[in-house]
Amino acid sequence: MNTVDYTAEVARRDAGIQPVLEGIHLHKEFPVRGGLFGPQRTVKAVDDATIALYPGKATALVGESGSGKTTVARMMARTYDPTSGTLRFRGEAVKLEHGAALRAYRRHVQLVFQDPFSSLNPVHNVRYHLSRPLRIHGHAHTNAEVTEQVLALLNRVSLSPAEQFIQKYPHQLSGGQRQRVAIARALAARPEVLLADEPVSMLDVSIRLDILNLMLRLKDEERLALLFITHDIASARYFAEETLVMYAGQMVEGGPSEAVIQQPKHPYTQLLLSAAPDPDRITADGSGLAQLPARGEIPSLINPPGGCRFHPRCPHAMPVCKERFPQRTHLGGGHWTHCFLYGDGDGAGANGATAAKV
Amino acid sequence: MAVVTGTETLLEVRNISVDYLAANGTVHAVSDVSFTLRRGEVLGLAGESGCGKSTLAYAIARLLRPPAMIVGGEAIYYPHQRENDDGEVRLADMQKGPIDILKLTPAQLRSFRWSELSVVFQSAMNALNPVMDIGTQITDVLRAHRPTMGKDSRERRAIELLRTVGIAPDRLHSYPHELSGGMRQRAMIAIALALSPEIIIMDEPTTALDVVVQREILSEILRLRERFGFSVIFITHDLSLLLELADRVLVMYAGRIVEMGSRRDMYLHPRHPYSYGLIHSFPSLHGPLRRMSGIPGSPPDLRAAPAGCAFHPRCPMAFAACRRVFPVLQPALAENQEQLTACHLYNAQLHPAGAPKTEDIAASYEALAAAQGVTKL
Repeated sequence: MNTVDYTAEVARRDAGIQPVLEGIHLHKEFPVRGGLFGPQRTVKAVDDATIALYPGKATALVGESGSGKTTVARMMARTYDPTSGTLRFRGEAVKLEHGAALRAYRRHVQLVFQDPFSSLNPVHNVRYHLSRPLRIHGHAHTNAEVTEQVLALLNRVSLSPAEQFIQKYPHQLSGGQRQRVAIARALAARPEVLLADEPVSMLDVSIRLDILNLMLRLKDEERLALLFITHDIASARYFAEETLVMYAGQMVEGGPSEAVIQQPKHPYTQLLLSAAPDPDRITADGSGLAQLPARGEIPSLINPPGGCRFHPRCPHAMPVCKERFPQRTHLGGGHWTHCFLYGDGDGAGANGATAAKV
Repeated sequence: MAVVTGTETLLEVRNISVDYLAANGTVHAVSDVSFTLRRGEVLGLAGESGCGKSTLAYAIARLLRPPAMIVGGEAIYYPHQRENDDGEVRLADMQKGPIDILKLTPAQLRSFRWSELSVVFQSAMNALNPVMDIGTQITDVLRAHRPTMGKDSRERRAIELLRTVGIAPDRLHSYPHELSGGMRQRAMIAIALALSPEIIIMDEPTTALDVVVQREILSEILRLRERFGFSVIFITHDLSLLLELADRVLVMYAGRIVEMGSRRDMYLHPRHPYSYGLIHSFPSLHGPLRRMSGIPGSPPDLRAAPAGCAFHPRCPMAFAACRRVFPVLQPALAENQEQLTACHLYNAQLHPAGAPKTEDIAASYEALAAAQGVTKL
């Protein structure tokens, strides 16, 4: 199987851009406690995920709950160790060791959580939250240094006047302000990679864009590599250059965001897009809701369907879909999918793509 | 009894106000709100958190408890004569003519709730009883409201209700934890439908669900509405959802209605700068990619809302009168009496330059984004 996209990869190599962080063939299985005498079972949460993050670029990972997108981020943050697969940081394989090695890794790769109400400690003030990473990673040693850098961090995330925020406790902040503190805390380690797990879905609608714009500004100004995990495909389009779609632990489609969203190829991507709220669909006669091409929910990952895990819901399922997961088919321009409708790997069906216009 | 969306008024809310009595000042959560709900329509209620949309709906359902207090107003319900089976004693039959929900006695309220008006809550896991199977939870409603109904017919009705909302009848004895999020929300809807009420209040019924499941539930609600002819008050912060789903949309800000209109009018030309900002807080799937800015600032403290128009500190188009004069809800333009807005930009006396076009509102938000340093893509 091809691990990386040739066209996009070549273009980047020509431009001299190397990925900062790569996850290659990542798998993750979680053991589940069965009954007392029951067999040991596992949840196959992520099945062969490959992902590359580039400096100054945002990659969106889109999927429903249970798609494994958070597990991918946590493997890349090394909160979980992958069951198999490799992580590469600046081209070198990351040793899955704990202790000092893990601390060194975390200096480069930071995670922002979904819920700013539970990710900040209610008994500590803003200064404490931001001073911990500064001291742990050795960026500040004296109190004066800490104060100076905490104020600078607060200004970077547009919490001003910073002098007022430094002594505040989480309960004195609004949701948007808390998420800014959480982002500042991640930035305190001076990372090259920021992994954001649904950073705006707990926030009120009117401030979501502010947080997204803040992260976009940081990406542009500081050349951060961003992973943006979301269930909202429209914000992936707004936020990220590249979009990857996951279903039940498998990556089914990816490529430049505009290509994936305007010409979705995989039936699951098409389903996601047709289900997304879209006022542009309002017609003059007012028939608002379109019919969905498929129904149902993500299956249990303890005994996932064989082959392509989407086949039980797929309106185009063929016998082969039950047998094995298709190889990656490149559709040009960096756009790829894993679907037999478009062939099986690059050797097979170039003409399949036209036949399967759905 | 299929009823199509008509002009017949089902519920008329007049000047309702709700306060929360807090130690550090009274919070005016809903102030002087009036609107009508027509028979068979889906009325969307949108706004940011804390704008009073849930408080308003719960006031109508009489579900508020202290420190919340309804300090004024009426909610007049116009009942519909309907066939009475199963020995249900309907309030509407005892009391001819319109009913003011806010004046019902506890006993009257018990018979009013669920048979005339039911509620689907946001979190089905919290709203369903975890130690009762869903069949029992449905028959519970029937037992309370239709005392003459036998055990078998109750169970038959429960199975019929589950089928109606798309749950297989063999799940009758499933417990809430055995159902997926979407199924739980369907079960909630089945319970809400049990007594064929005229009004169903849905408070963010799909917010916790995935998009595909959300879309299925919404289609189901519209299908059931076609079939049974009930009216829905649909509360959500997701205005893009309402623009697809609702017949009419009502936008609230700081406890008041700032705009009301058909979804088409609201989508094509929102009049109030707040409605425009709310609609454009969501990135779109089509069209040119633009860097956008949200509505600046945050909602006001409802203990002391700003003078004049409560939105003026955040409004990119505010002018002198907005800080002094309180705007009333009135037709934005004389040619469309159905789209009401509370904004001085449409008041020829205060704003002689004339009503702004949607592009003008867009331009003011873009200027704001540019001033904040949000660059265009």
